[in-house]
Amino acid sequence: MIALGIEGTAHTIGVGIVEDLNDKCRVLANVIKMYKPAEGGIHPRDAANHHATHLPHLVTKAIESAKIDEREIDVIAFSKGPGMGPCLRTAATAARTLALYLEKPLVGVNHCVAHLEIGRGTTGCEDPVLLYVSGGNTQIIAFAKGKYRVFGETLDIGIGNCLDKLGRYLNLPFPSGPIIEKLAKRGKKYLDLPYTIKGMDVAFSGLLTSAQKYYEKGERIEDICYSVQETAFSALTEVTERAMAHVGKEEVLLGGGVASNERLREMIKKMAEERGAKFFVPEKSLCIDNGAMIAWTGLLMYRCGITTKVEDSFIDQRFRTDDVIVKWRE
Amino acid sequence: MLIYRGAEAEIIMDTYLGRKVIKKRRIPKGYRIPELDKRLRLQRTKEEAKLMVEARRGGVPVPIIYDVNLKEFTIVMEYVDGERVKELIPKLTERERKEICTMIGKNIARLHNANIVHGDLTTSNMILKNGKVYFIDFGLGEFSFEIERRGVDLHLLMEAFSSAHPEYPDLFNYVMEGYQSIYKGNAREIEKKIEEIIKRGRYMK
Repeated sequence: MIALGIEGTAHTIGVGIVEDLNDKCRVLANVIKMYKPAEGGIHPRDAANHHATHLPHLVTKAIESAKIDEREIDVIAFSKGPGMGPCLRTAATAARTLALYLEKPLVGVNHCVAHLEIGRGTTGCEDPVLLYVSGGNTQIIAFAKGKYRVFGETLDIGIGNCLDKLGRYLNLPFPSGPIIEKLAKRGKKYLDLPYTIKGMDVAFSGLLTSAQKYYEKGERIEDICYSVQETAFSALTEVTERAMAHVGKEEVLLGGGVASNERLREMIKKMAEERGAKFFVPEKSLCIDNGAMIAWTGLLMYRCGITTKVEDSFIDQRFRTDDVIVKWRE
Repeated sequence: MLIYRGAEAEIIMDTYLGRKVIKKRRIPKGYRIPELDKRLRLQRTKEEAKLMVEARRGGVPVPIIYDVNLKEFTIVMEYVDGERVKELIPKLTERERKEICTMIGKNIARLHNANIVHGDLTTSNMILKNGKVYFIDFGLGEFSFEIERRGVDLHLLMEAFSSAHPEYPDLFNYVMEGYQSIYKGNAREIEKKIEEIIKRGRYMK
């Protein structure tokens, strides 16, 4: 079975094509285009215009590089939410058009669940606790009592958002995460920063404010980046470990754009080792927002009979992870 | 003897001056840099001991502290030989459940009256012994005057009830009855806060 998925929740528009092979996911094509604002954060309307401009070409490119005939596609999946309205609507419109044109069924997919499913589909983990870290989302998700449930999350801003805001303050370009990571490697001095954990939740706004104050006081940028990473990632690792102990799972999966950060990977891996658990992370192109994860989740849903009628294919900006009925894991 | 290994600490059964005791030791975490790791373990050990002492002074049954070692990050405390409320709940009659939950609510009110929030109120952290509900594990507790923190404290217990004991929907109402009878501030304000927190859940409709 072959699925085509369209992702468009925030700054990335992506088209992916996947195939199921012995219940595992084989990625046939996965192309993305990322909107980068000239200044400041994401402007939803500008991002949506960006997505609309690039979508037709991305669809063609995906089908070409998958080396399939468009008629071989069995199902069209799209990111139903959560995300920014204008971006979601752009992706959904394209998906509806494709479904009607190709006369194929349509499936609306939860973006957060897709980050977890692509990990299960490509890394060999079966029942992980997912630490999903991106710009807008920071959640700890695991399967319990028939649903994917959020055990911990950020109480204020996402970790990616925190890094981007710090980056803007330090005059680094967007997205700042990779640059902060490089600078952090040259950091030597650890500066004390607030470490905020409430149960299995985290918060980053206090840390961000303190980091900005260090900058005003003239501390080295490298030391600030180093200290921010060490503190924020330690907190994320700690709550992930708490969630694992709480739900009694032996696998940990990383996902989301910030999962590309090597220091974060190293910490989660170390934590897993110390508690005798297994660590998994999908390849980078499947960690960031992408169409393949939407296609794969759509395929899983379609295989157990779930489809979305075009007339019901609304987007949902506040689509909760635990609203999804996970029929394919029954 | 190691009896439990949590995410941040080991719980060891030990003897201290001839008594059966529990030793809680915060273990180093290899993923954290040593500066941060030591800072967190030191802060948390100190804070937890202080909270337990103050909670006891406020009239809440908590284990007596015998020793605190800030070099080894350990707290030695009384071993409370009772039954965990988590396992107890299903074995009780509704009347007994109401009685226990009212006691829990009163305990929480006493903590809040002493400006303490527990931070991890679940039935796993409560032990019934000699007709009293002991609160254990103040590892996530803090001193706070804020209504917000008190609301979060109770909200957590509400969530813990619904995930651990979904078959008994009235437990939290009993807790609030007990809470209102002891809490020195305006309990209505706390109830409003809890409602607000419920609505605040991410992507909540």
